[in-house]
Amino acid sequence: MKVSAIITLKKDVLDPQGKVIHQALDGMGFSSVNEVRQGKYFEIDVKENDPKKAKEIVENMCSKLLANLVIEDYKIIETQ
Amino acid sequence: MKSSVITFPGSNCDRDMDVALKKFGFKNNMVWHDDNELPKSDLVVLPGGFSYGDYLRCGSMASKSRIMQSVINFANSGGLVMGICNGFQILVETGLVPGVLLRNRYLEFICKNVFVKLHNKENIYFKHLDKDVLKFHIAHNEGNYFCTKDQLKEIEDNNQIAVYYCDDKGQIEDQFNPNGSIKNIAGIFNKKKNVLGMMPHPERMIDQSLSGEDGSLFFKNLINNIK
Repeated sequence: MKVSAIITLKKDVLDPQGKVIHQALDGMGFSSVNEVRQGKYFEIDVKENDPKKAKEIVENMCSKLLANLVIEDYKIIETQ
Repeated sequence: MKSSVITFPGSNCDRDMDVALKKFGFKNNMVWHDDNELPKSDLVVLPGGFSYGDYLRCGSMASKSRIMQSVINFANSGGLVMGICNGFQILVETGLVPGVLLRNRYLEFICKNVFVKLHNKENIYFKHLDKDVLKFHIAHNEGNYFCTKDQLKEIEDNNQIAVYYCDDKGQIEDQFNPNGSIKNIAGIFNKKKNVLGMMPHPERMIDQSLSGEDGSLFFKNLINNIK
């Protein structure tokens, strides 16, 4: 079963890359942007067919390795 | 005095550290990241470099490598562990020292000499050092020290700040902060002060003809303190 997770910087953590991307978008004429935050996306194929269990496994991975909880939040966005 | 330098795939300051430790009297062992056991050591050093190609987050993969469980046990039993640059990034990923290292605030790799001010000398690393301001070298892309407000309060209450970025007179101001670190923090200790993580490289300042001697002062003092 495939599980997807998104890791994003917490709100109060400065995201300089997001800021630069925002500036670039502005420069290209996308003037309607309020803010850009950059994150990471993981697609993990787990040997587990129960969606609840698969989600739990990936949550555990997120808290132990994929995200650094001092600065990042994670969200499981999809299981299929 | 025995020391161990851990080599991870992508470490590139491990041999510099080996040279520095031997120059000032340590019997140094190079230890491979995939080993299980740490040789008997008075000091363990996690060197600078780009362990595991900085995949995921700098230091994150190395912090899970096989030898690190022995290093963590060694640190938790009071052993001296020093992480320099990428070694500092590995230390924060293990949780041995609090906080994280973000990308430098202007998104550029910084390679230059800096001055650092010792916060206090009540620890085995800096005790008896004559100087308060040392000239070291930095070379990093992710050295922007960050921690939560609660962590910062705890770090300050426990006197865990090791060194600050400053000017040659020891003034700690934002204009002397190369990478955006909170409060100009360049290095911190764990609570017991047996674990030190810092971005600047003392091992690059051990020869007057190449760079400077402030690293020599640091290592000479360190081995005397450990004896």
